[in-house]
Amino acid sequence: MTDEILLSVKDLVKSYEGTSEVLNGISLDIHKGEVVVVLGPSGCGKSTLLRCMNGLEEYQSGSITLDGEKITKNGANMTALRQRIGMVFQSYELFPHLSIQDNITLAPVQVQKVPKEQAQAEAERLLERVDLLDKRTAYPRQLSGGQKQRVAIVRALAMHPEVMLFDEVTAALDPEMVREVLDVMLTLAEQGMTMVIVTHEMNFARAVADRIVFIDGGVIVEETDPETFFEHPSTERAKQFLKTFTFEKKA
Amino acid sequence: MSVDILLEYLPLFAQGALVTLKISAAGIILSLLVGLVCCYVQYYRVPVLRQIAKGYIELSRNTPMLVQLFFIYFGLPKIGLSWSREVCAIAALVFLGGSYMAEAMRSGLEAVDVIQTESAVSLGMNRFQVMRFVVFPQAMAIALPAISANVVFLIKETSVVSAIALADLMYVAKDLIGNDYNTSEALFMLVVFYLLILLPVSLLASYAERRIRYAGYGA
Repeated sequence: MTDEILLSVKDLVKSYEGTSEVLNGISLDIHKGEVVVVLGPSGCGKSTLLRCMNGLEEYQSGSITLDGEKITKNGANMTALRQRIGMVFQSYELFPHLSIQDNITLAPVQVQKVPKEQAQAEAERLLERVDLLDKRTAYPRQLSGGQKQRVAIVRALAMHPEVMLFDEVTAALDPEMVREVLDVMLTLAEQGMTMVIVTHEMNFARAVADRIVFIDGGVIVEETDPETFFEHPSTERAKQFLKTFTFEKKA
Repeated sequence: MSVDILLEYLPLFAQGALVTLKISAAGIILSLLVGLVCCYVQYYRVPVLRQIAKGYIELSRNTPMLVQLFFIYFGLPKIGLSWSREVCAIAALVFLGGSYMAEAMRSGLEAVDVIQTESAVSLGMNRFQVMRFVVFPQAMAIALPAISANVVFLIKETSVVSAIALADLMYVAKDLIGNDYNTSEALFMLVVFYLLILLPVSLLASYAERRIRYAGYGA
């Protein structure tokens, strides 16, 4: 991790039409090489925050910048900016009509104009890293959820993004498939990728995070290192939230 | 029913079939284009054009093709637009088919989940690339059964053009019945020729639907 700020969110206010604010003044700086895990109860706005960071949502006020360039849904230059931000969704969203290899090479070839052979070689290299090289001619429907999600990560990585956003990427997976996806993310973190992760996997959050950001009611309630957050949360709301993940045996 | 008469009629029906095929082919291809334009302006909510498309679709789907054909053939010359019978027949078929194709394609486009678009956008694709590589192929696979049903429907609907004395299959049959009173032979040939045209189209359509389903859908 360096001191250089890559992605900066300032006083972000976002509401969906006719509802109260989902995000109510969020400020957050993501440094290069940093892994930030965003936690919070459902409906607290953490997914919305991630979607704003990639310009998938409009917001009412505040600003989001990547290296000083402004991110807005319909802003100029957004296709170029989005290439620098990888995003992985809860529901994988592979393209069902394309083979695994074509899923990965589509954007590099069409958007970045990478020669097809080079994009394919890159796809194979990335697939090998997540143990899925043998699936490159398969179609998404032939893969398990965990395999699909690893392909979705690879597809985003093939664009060589500077930061990766993960939106509850294991929430739709069977428990035994969660691990294989989290392992890929851990490896990425070790390699120095800048990551913003929304998750409900507390043990994983603790292991991967440089910083935990706890959001509730559209504001950042607590922001600290994982050790402090999980062992000595300072706010009542964070304590309440963490309690929902522990079970005590009945006497 | 006499085989001699059937053989005698064969070349006449073959010529009629050519006319039916020609009108069908031109009408269907242009219908697909009109349908594509109409469903795009609705999908992208283009102001004004979208309302025009909606109005056209309702007008086209809620009036009989015979009325549309008469309007084009007898009505338009009154405002200085007179076209040949063939062009009028094709125009009427396109006027009818365009709206059916537009609705079929629109249902396909709308069936592709918006998060597929978001996932393509998040990879840096522009609107055109998202449509061309992600949404359109999936939408057309979903719309294919409806589109092929429309193709069969439009080919059958060409039988209406005999009403403006264009010598399609239907016209040949009616003509022969009126001249020779060989009703059985003429109607038999008419059915056979329509089947010859339509059966391969139907079979091809179900083959295509099966293939596309196997090629990675239901994921």
